[in-house]
Amino acid sequence: MKPAPFEYIRPHSLAEACELLANDEDARAIAGGQTLVPMLAMRLARPAKLVDIMRLPELAGIRPEAGALVVGATTRQAVAEQDPLIRAQVPMLARVLPWVGHPPTRNRGTIGGSIANADPSAEIPLVAVTLGAEIMLATVDGPSSMPADDFFIGPMLTTMNPGECVSAVKFPVWAHKRIGVGFFEISARKSDFAFAAAVAQVALDDDGRCLEIVLGVGGVGDRALRLDVSSLVGTKLDASAVAEAVNAVSGDMEASTDLHASAAYRRRVAITLSKRAIEQARTDASARALKGAA
Amino acid sequence: MKVELRINGASRIADVEPRKTLLDALRENFLLNGAHAGCEHGVCGACTVLLDGEPVRSCLMFAAQADGYEITTIEGLAPAPGELSVIQDAFCETHGLQCGYCTPGMILSAHALLQQTHTPSREDIVEAISGNICRCTGYGQIVEAVQFAANRLQKSNMPHPHPHHVRHGHPGEHDAPVEGILEAAEADAPTESAK
Ligand SMILES: Cc1cc2nc3c(=O)[nH]c(=O)nc-3n(C[C@@H](O)[C@H](O)[C@H](O)COP(=O)(O)OP(=O)(O)OC[C@H]3O[C@@H](n4cnc5c(N)ncnc54)[C@H](O)[C@@H]3O)c2cc1C
Ligand code: FES
Ligand code: FES
Repeated sequence: MKPAPFEYIRPHSLAEACELLANDEDARAIAGGQTLVPMLAMRLARPAKLVDIMRLPELAGIRPEAGALVVGATTRQAVAEQDPLIRAQVPMLARVLPWVGHPPTRNRGTIGGSIANADPSAEIPLVAVTLGAEIMLATVDGPSSMPADDFFIGPMLTTMNPGECVSAVKFPVWAHKRIGVGFFEISARKSDFAFAAAVAQVALDDDGRCLEIVLGVGGVGDRALRLDVSSLVGTKLDASAVAEAVNAVSGDMEASTDLHASAAYRRRVAITLSKRAIEQARTDASARALKGAA
Repeated sequence: MKVELRINGASRIADVEPRKTLLDALRENFLLNGAHAGCEHGVCGACTVLLDGEPVRSCLMFAAQADGYEITTIEGLAPAPGELSVIQDAFCETHGLQCGYCTPGMILSAHALLQQTHTPSREDIVEAISGNICRCTGYGQIVEAVQFAANRLQKSNMPHPHPHHVRHGHPGEHDAPVEGILEAAEADAPTESAK
């Protein structure tokens, strides 16, 4: 369990980091190391150079923009979990973070590292896809960005090229007053990788009618999937309408089989969790208004 | 390469290969063998140390990355030679350890929790030690030890921490939903809705 030798470099600027990563195909970025170091220890990865991006000022910080919250790539998961801006503006992210590993892995693991790693059952990519976040990239030619749905292409596979870095994730912030989130996942133990997960966010009007709804499932196929249940807009999200809408999109849930669970099981659980997530989101949104909280 | 680390309040210097984990540097270069090498790939928590007071896995970072932090190992917790910290003492008293392999990590995770609050709920304790595996005790006495230490700290004449936040997510939510576990148990049982 010892990594093979490598050269360790701590660049002083993001431009320098991109340069280093672009000029050597055996160079690899390291952020929190919570996925990469185990891979190095098991020698599943053998980079010649590790480029430590953890202390780059350009990748740090959480800042509000018009209609969005931009979360810097090296924001540690434990910091994001407690951040008041994230809790208020991107409640879905705050909601899933306690399920990402354990307190010690969240103290080092980063938001950007989880996005770049693109594990099909990882919660942070699931939130990015479900909310329609924008992945901000730094390249040798300057900044660019891409919708999360296009960024993730398969298990541990993204459209990122060598020399590119995730610099931040831009999460859309909903303007509605009554917003609620629902989230469920099934794993062997809490905080292990999910066999199936579902997350939903709804906005309700004063009468409890749905103004906006998004639903996503993770761990089911080879990447997180956003499912279109916009047919529920205008309804009161009663159980039969939700069941009908979820069943209608269940055909879109491409599921995979592995040692832990069969495709049929994954799809069946994802359908059930989707219904529960919407139900929980509706209850959450209603409760907020009752208490008078925004 | 040369690294300069702050360990248990003292500055220490060592010459290490970049691939040397903080865990191996602590054990081999600084002879602090309290951080245990269990799985060495992030799963077990035996290697837990505190970085600026927060528990992290020392097998998942390199010594070269650890400069600039205050590192605390289990050796740094006791107030004086021959004495034990309140939490260490509680683990002895409630039989919170058997073989002791997981114990430094457990105690450091508990220490970080009790720095934030002296009134943790059972869920807070379970979450705080959720990344630490124990193959002996069955966890019951460990949870009891942390509770016991918390009670003692509450009663002690020490400044109490501000319980502004405890890290266990949302109130009322801890382990996976019971319904879910039942579903997992009946995995793959053919049902009408399965396609
Ligand atoms: C015991 C344990 C349990 C875990 N459980 C879960 C879980 O339940 N759910 C979950 O989602 N995750 C889980 N994880 C993984 C999670 O902790 C990691 O934090 C995350 O996957 C990677 O983030 P990191 O910052 O540690 O990235 P690193 O390990 O540093 O890097 C991961 C990969 O991403 C690349 N990379 C990192 N940052 C960037 C960037 N900004 N731009 C471009 N490339 C980059 C690296 O080159 C590497 O290939 C677990 C890990 C452990 C050890
Ligand atoms: S030795 Fe570090 S987590 Fe097991
Ligand atoms: S006491 Fe033996 S592993 Fe915990």
